[in-house]
Amino acid sequence: MSSPFDDDNGSGLLAQPKAGDNAQPMTISEISTALKRTVEDRFGRVRLRGEISGYKRAASGHVYMSLKDDKAVIDGVIWRGNAGRLAFAPEDGVEVIATGKLTTYPGRSKYQIVIDTMEIAGEGALMQLFEKLKAKLGEEGLFAPERKKELPYLPRTIGVVTSPTGSVIRDILHRLADRCPSHVLVWPVLVQGEGAAKQIAGAIRGFSALDTDDAVPRPDLVIVARGGGSIEDLWSFNEEEVVRAIADCTIPIISAVGHETDTTLADYAADRRAPTPTAAAEMAVPVRADLLAFIDELRLRARRAGQRGVSLAKERLQNQIRLMPKLDVLLQPQRQKTDDLASALKRGFELRLVGASGALAQKSGALRPALLRRKHENAVAALKRLTLRPAALQKQLHDAGDRLDRLWRLAEQLHPDRPLERGYARVTDADGQTLTSRKAATAHVALGLVFRDGDMSVYTDANSARARRAPKKKRAVPKTGKDEDQQSLF
Amino acid sequence: MGLRVAIANVMSDTPEQQTPGNLASLSFEDALKQLEDIVRKLESGDVPLDSSIDLYARGDALRAHCQKRLEAAQARIEKIAAGSDGKATGTQPFDTE
Repeated sequence: MSSPFDDDNGSGLLAQPKAGDNAQPMTISEISTALKRTVEDRFGRVRLRGEISGYKRAASGHVYMSLKDDKAVIDGVIWRGNAGRLAFAPEDGVEVIATGKLTTYPGRSKYQIVIDTMEIAGEGALMQLFEKLKAKLGEEGLFAPERKKELPYLPRTIGVVTSPTGSVIRDILHRLADRCPSHVLVWPVLVQGEGAAKQIAGAIRGFSALDTDDAVPRPDLVIVARGGGSIEDLWSFNEEEVVRAIADCTIPIISAVGHETDTTLADYAADRRAPTPTAAAEMAVPVRADLLAFIDELRLRARRAGQRGVSLAKERLQNQIRLMPKLDVLLQPQRQKTDDLASALKRGFELRLVGASGALAQKSGALRPALLRRKHENAVAALKRLTLRPAALQKQLHDAGDRLDRLWRLAEQLHPDRPLERGYARVTDADGQTLTSRKAATAHVALGLVFRDGDMSVYTDANSARARRAPKKKRAVPKTGKDEDQQSLF
Repeated sequence: MGLRVAIANVMSDTPEQQTPGNLASLSFEDALKQLEDIVRKLESGDVPLDSSIDLYARGDALRAHCQKRLEAAQARIEKIAAGSDGKATGTQPFDTE
């Protein structure tokens, strides 16, 4: 035993090489390298079970994390290539089984496991992860009912994200064809295993990103489907990437993943959850035949209602016509009044007639024929008294006649031509005006002589007579002759 | 209550919705709903005869539209071809083996 004060004992100020001591100090690199070799040789590949803690994905794509149990912790790293191939998105707290190589990191005096593959440590752990994710995304509101979009009643184009092979797509297509033949766009994806989640999410986002005027018609409904399987088989549909893509999708989505009892987070995020792919097709489209029948029924009902409307209107019109007062009834009061007035008129007239005849009888009673007769007799008597007696007139007429005769005889004696009877002649001018003096006669060239038996013309001067006769020779000759004849008679 | 609201909806239809030309942009469901409302309205007998004739004509146009839409529906199955960026670039026929 060496005392504490022993030279040999303990550390001096300077390191002294000891005699017989061949253990030269090692450099850190040497020991680190030795350690590394030892660790790697000794352990090589290991499978570790532990809970993920401090999970961190660096910008480089490498993943850093720790695996721990209740007493110990070991650092782990997943290089980028392997990190992308993980079947699930690691989360803190998830119990995993990591397979990899144990190694050291001399720069930090660390040992760690370089993980090649990592799996969730059993179903319990998987459910744990599921619940964690569900709680996290639910808290973000990805599953909120108010986010749910209504499905179109009759989609024009249906996008289906699923595996292009297998019964799922067949079931969907068959049921769609049965109900209502539709335009279906299948976006083929892996539905399980490495890269599946990425493809599924990519397809959903791809559909959502389509524009209405793109070469590929934008579906108005998307179905995300996968057949039944274990929770691990369906795990892609629990991946955050897929769930977010579904929640972000601008097109209504029906999820149909697994059987009815399997509920994935995709189902929570989708607008509708169908228990099976076939059920998804049923949700997607109505039954065309039913619709056609319904439309037909509507047409019939509309026609019936239209006809009923017309016949109702007709009926109402008839009713109104029936309700309209009859003309007879309408005129009845007036007619009655007219009748009343007419009979009143008649009665009044008769009354008046009776009155008049009474008055007449009264007046006519006064008219006695005797009265008239006496008047008549008086008049006749008066007339008789006035009779003209012709004798009175005849004497007067006779007397007047005598007087007239006497006067007429006297007048005849005094007639100017009376002396002509006794051979006298009366001298006149050419115009027959009596000339009673020589003086008057000498003023005329032609004179007339009126005799008892006629008259004749004479000229006081022969020359004047000739001169006057010459121009009127033709007329004068017979006259002269006649005059001469008459003269010769004297 | 629902009927009344439905009728009110039909009554408050804007004029452009009434024109047959706008039927094309009308979704099948809306067209069907309008048709149903019109039929109910006609059946209620509350519509004046003249408007009921217009309503009937509108209903008939809606019916023809719906029927055409249904009869035009035919199965066409295509597969999306995606580019390297993950966007859909086109379609090709899809064979269900």
